[in-house]
Amino acid sequence: MTEYALILIGTVLVNNFVLVKFLGLCPFMGVSKKLETAAGMGLATTFVMTLSSVTSWLVNEYMLVPLGIEYLRIIAFIVVIAAVVQFTETMMRKTSPVLYQVLGIFLPLITTNCAVLGVALLNLQAERSLVEATLYGFGAAVGFSLVLSLFAAVRERVAVGDVPEPFQGSAVALVTAGLMSLAFMGFAGLVSS
Amino acid sequence: MLIAILAMTGLAAALGLLLGYSAIRFRVEGNPIADQIDALLPQTQCGQCGHPGCRPYAEALARGEDEINKCVPGGESTLLAIADLLGREPTALEVEEKLPSVAVIDAQTCIGCTLCLQACPVDAIVGAAKQLHGVIAAECTGCELCLPPCPVECIRMVPIATDIPHWRWPYPASEPDSRAASPEREAEAA
Repeated sequence: MTEYALILIGTVLVNNFVLVKFLGLCPFMGVSKKLETAAGMGLATTFVMTLSSVTSWLVNEYMLVPLGIEYLRIIAFIVVIAAVVQFTETMMRKTSPVLYQVLGIFLPLITTNCAVLGVALLNLQAERSLVEATLYGFGAAVGFSLVLSLFAAVRERVAVGDVPEPFQGSAVALVTAGLMSLAFMGFAGLVSS
Repeated sequence: MLIAILAMTGLAAALGLLLGYSAIRFRVEGNPIADQIDALLPQTQCGQCGHPGCRPYAEALARGEDEINKCVPGGESTLLAIADLLGREPTALEVEEKLPSVAVIDAQTCIGCTLCLQACPVDAIVGAAKQLHGVIAAECTGCELCLPPCPVECIRMVPIATDIPHWRWPYPASEPDSRAASPEREAEAA
């Protein structure tokens, strides 16, 4: 049990995908202008990441390894992730049409969010079991949602602040992201993984 | 090699079937966003946005074909609510800032033709044929739709006097603009 808790804390805080591993920076910059949108994006990504880490683990274990075609791993995972994203999109269109419209192009772009593929590949690299892989995917997604929401909240404040002209817009956002990354370095050593 | 091709084809086919099923299962009828925007609009059907009513305007907004700042009766609160719903930046109301006003019917010239009754989108004008009409000031949105049909031009728009119940603090950000705009308005009035 402690082991699973450590996996969660480790992926959410210590090895945060965005701020420590620098994966999934595109939606991190793109969808973080409004807190509500960011939270919605975080929710969608959490769903996709958890589901795709489970399915890609299953595909790898029961299809790629028995048939000896591990070299097709990346293509197979991309296909799986694209299908999960498409499924999420259909679901969201039904359940939350406003969020669907607000997220717009960033929703299908979860497919190319490198953090999603990263989770699937890192799971294999570390030879995790199915439960561990699921937890790892979920933790990574929670970490992603957490920093995305925090970053959006900070950006909402910075947007109305008195920012010097050369720093306005993306520049100050990147500086903010860098400072957040520094702050998250403080978690290093909390869990050794 | 053949195994690899077959395996990938099988995987793609299985996922395709799943997606096809979910597309049928979670089919969306109509445009639900238009409903939500329609619920925010004041339903005065005044047509000042350039659409024949609130519902067509809501549908145009849902398709992203129109600006969100066209609703005059809804005013700033509706504008902000729509901006919030659609995640768009609120822009200033398109129509130049008009003082809130109500229609007043001149009792001497009104001939009781009932044409303004039919034009009023909020049923704020009461009266019958050949009887003097009256305006329910509390219901009047100041949309001015009753002005054109009146054959004797007996309806005037009277600004609501700023008294204690109607007065509110001016927004700090908009103050310089309104100060800059006020001489022009006075010039127009003169």
